[in-house]
Amino acid sequence: MARIELKNVKKSFGAVEVIKGVDLTIEKGEFMVFVGPSGCGKSTLLRLVSGLETITSGELSFDGQRMNDVLPSRRGIAMVFQSYALYPHMTVRENMEFGMKLAGSTREHLRARVDQAAGLLQIEHLLDRLPRQLSGGQRQRVAIGRAITRDPRVFLFDEPLSNLDAALRVTMRIEIAKLHHDMQDVTMIYVTHDQVEAMTLADRICVLRDGQVMQVGTPAELYEKPNSTFVAGFIGSPKMNLLEGALAAPHGAHTVGIRSEHLDVVADGDGEWSGPVVHSENLGSDNYIFVDVGSEEPVVARIGGEEHVRLGTRVGLRPQPGRMHRFDAGGQPLA
Amino acid sequence: MTVIVASFWVLVKFVAFVAVTTAIAVPLYHTVLVATEGGGSGRRLSAFLWRAGFWAIVVVIVLVSVFPFYYAILSSLESGTALFRVNYLPEAFDLSNYRQVLTTSSFLHSIWNSVLIATITVVAALTLAVTASYALARVRFRGRGLLLMTILAVSMFPQIAVLSGLYELVNWLGLYNTPWALVLSYTIFTLPFTVWVLTTFMRDLPVEIEEAAIVDGASPWVIITRVFMPLLWPALVTTGLLAFIGAWNEFLFALTFTISENQRTVPVAIALFSGASVQEIPWGPIMAASVVVTLPLIALVLVFQRKIVAGLTAGGVKG
Amino acid sequence: MSSHPAAVQARAGISLQQQRARAAFWFLAPMLVMLAFVAAWPLLRSITLSFSNASADTIFNGNWDWAGWKNYVEARPRADGSIRWRGVLVDPKWWNAVWNTVRFSVMSVALETILGLLVALVLNAEFRGRALVRAAVLVPWAIPTIVSAKMWGWMLNDQYGIINDMLLQLHLIAQPIAWTARPDTAMIAVLIVDVWKTTPFMALLILAGLQMVPRDMYEAARLDGIHPMRVFWRVTLPLVRPAIMVAVIFRLLDALRIFDLIYVLTPRSEGTITMSVISFQNIREFGKYAEGSAQSSILFLIIAVFVVLYIWVGKVNLTGEGGR
Repeated sequence: MARIELKNVKKSFGAVEVIKGVDLTIEKGEFMVFVGPSGCGKSTLLRLVSGLETITSGELSFDGQRMNDVLPSRRGIAMVFQSYALYPHMTVRENMEFGMKLAGSTREHLRARVDQAAGLLQIEHLLDRLPRQLSGGQRQRVAIGRAITRDPRVFLFDEPLSNLDAALRVTMRIEIAKLHHDMQDVTMIYVTHDQVEAMTLADRICVLRDGQVMQVGTPAELYEKPNSTFVAGFIGSPKMNLLEGALAAPHGAHTVGIRSEHLDVVADGDGEWSGPVVHSENLGSDNYIFVDVGSEEPVVARIGGEEHVRLGTRVGLRPQPGRMHRFDAGGQPLA
Repeated sequence: MTVIVASFWVLVKFVAFVAVTTAIAVPLYHTVLVATEGGGSGRRLSAFLWRAGFWAIVVVIVLVSVFPFYYAILSSLESGTALFRVNYLPEAFDLSNYRQVLTTSSFLHSIWNSVLIATITVVAALTLAVTASYALARVRFRGRGLLLMTILAVSMFPQIAVLSGLYELVNWLGLYNTPWALVLSYTIFTLPFTVWVLTTFMRDLPVEIEEAAIVDGASPWVIITRVFMPLLWPALVTTGLLAFIGAWNEFLFALTFTISENQRTVPVAIALFSGASVQEIPWGPIMAASVVVTLPLIALVLVFQRKIVAGLTAGGVKG
Repeated sequence: MSSHPAAVQARAGISLQQQRARAAFWFLAPMLVMLAFVAAWPLLRSITLSFSNASADTIFNGNWDWAGWKNYVEARPRADGSIRWRGVLVDPKWWNAVWNTVRFSVMSVALETILGLLVALVLNAEFRGRALVRAAVLVPWAIPTIVSAKMWGWMLNDQYGIINDMLLQLHLIAQPIAWTARPDTAMIAVLIVDVWKTTPFMALLILAGLQMVPRDMYEAARLDGIHPMRVFWRVTLPLVRPAIMVAVIFRLLDALRIFDLIYVLTPRSEGTITMSVISFQNIREFGKYAEGSAQSSILFLIIAVFVVLYIWVGKVNLTGEGGR
């Protein structure tokens, strides 16, 4: 329910600058994901928005109101932490009520809101339990429920799924997507290092590296039009093939990038590049073959799940027309 | 010249002393390690011998640890000539020493004084220390390291270094020969100790729980009282217990700041216990009194064993 | 969605860090005031008094005068031109106390370390009844110093003591020994009691260090067939050495200020009187406040050096931010 604006926001710890001037606007009701490798400053940026860290310079505003010096609890935010951060000595209900109690809500109001949030997440039967009596997935549900109870205008998630196992992660991801759908006008910011989570959840993704924003855009934009080799390599799974030097030279670029599904496997000598198949990963629906074309890492190409290529077979690879990305020596895209 | 020769001899003697004790100790280390870490290797017989050696060491350690207190109990149950006949196993069950001690009003006063003083000291120290340790463990501010260092240093001060100044202060406040003089002076060591130990415990609490509370709108005071205190109570009990033992056992200040029998604490009362005649030391009653004041402590220590070990290491070496 | 209690006013207020810093100040203030009142002020007064001529008559009415360094050292010319030195620093009684303190500290800490390591090794091993042994080892630590002094005083009694009885029965001595009274054995008696009482503490500190050595390291060494003693010298000891060093200095600090055990076990013995005891006697028993304060100030200075050493050697993690 808030439009968040960051203007040249910087953060230093001592002499180390961790956030090096971020300009970013997050629209009202948008689901924004901060993604990047560890140490890129994505969590710090989230904590600057939450108010848990103080902004060194620059301005943060919600709906035009300056937020730099406002206490976290006065910003209208709610936060879900990686370790859930439930109060161990309080029951689920007490956990959910705590913030509102401090704000001085009436008892009836409290009950109503907790029951509503618990209903939404289907945790009514857990309300009288202590956190230690819950499973990991249940704890995360409670943590989200606690955040919902606060009725925030901005919802912040700090790697909320990284403590869960793979299966549960998928379930909770769907749950969060549903939540975003149900709470249309609440702005959500979600931090993750997992680009699958980013792609599946986000309205827009903000890719960070070394405390700077590399690119902001919808998942499709980032996937289709990466503005740097870094983003190209970071978004998408398997990652985009990047070829340098002699292999890229014919295209007038320092580096060329091509995704695995945009490569056709042809007979040896027919395509643009060729080499032996050194490895393959069959996922059932798709089969990824790794071809050593003389680049630093083997090139990955996607073929159908029922097709098989024997290791050692020499194959040719032909990029589909118009699917090639060209970058200069600085990693910037060439027109 | 003589100084150099003398100090040389001192050095030689000390080196010899350490060499001899080490020469005795290393075979013992060897026995313990081979018997417990050696596993199944080696011949059966030698393994058995090492095992036997290990158990011999264990038995000696236990005996030496427990025997003096056992002997104190044994002696406290004897009176008259039986007391002055050496015996290793209990021969009498004579409660007259206990009767004498527990009907002496000054000793009962002493127990009351000790309980009162130690309790007030601990409660006061914990009250001040909880908030202070939160600030030291959880809030980043300039000079925090220096402050912690000072607190650690104060807890290691020799008590004698403040004695005359404190004597003056106690007199000036009109507290001489009252329990309050001791409550005040015991704060010197209980307060830094509790602050230091609680700070190390407080540091170990998860950061995200505090941040969740901050987002929920909890002020630092609310975080301490409603979020951290319920999580910290085991640490509070441990720290309080250690501080209590410290205050209960204190001797120097208690000896200096009390004059009348009824104001003494237990250690002073036991140290200055006098019998009917001046020449004779009343060993029986002294042993009875010792047992009376020590049994509760031993019980407490054994009950809270694990926690106390954690608290001690936090206060001592844990970095 | 309904109203937003959390979103109320975003008045330009104070930031979280400011709020916390302010709270920290008020949380620390009472403790600091208290410490200033009961520790810093008396310490300064004690040091002040060491430069005065305060005595029992003058200390409380403030009628004392400054004496400069006279309590520490003073040169008085005699009529014949020779110089007579006076003051604590040239007092043989003081140097005797210094010598006793050093002797006691070094020997007791050395013994406690060597024995503490043994006890720690035993407690670190896995065997049936370990919990019982640990409980037994804690007993001496739990007994108040004064009580252990009295208990051992009784056991070391010259006529009726059980220690003499044991030694006589084993034919190690021919005559009962007045352990606490004889100048040559008084220190031994004090050492026995102190080592008995304090070794558990030492053992626990070393044990904490031992338990940080990963268990699978021993397993690996055993699989490789390396002799346990070799593992001990090459791996275990180097790893626990920091813990031992810190424990040693910690104990040294304690030993240097020893008072109660010696005051009760061997009263008025020249062979054991320590710096704390002599200073206490001057202050409390003889009313020589100035001299006693001078002595306690010297002790303070010595211990201050060791405290600095402790913090330095121990690399005590003061802020808890080391890992970040």
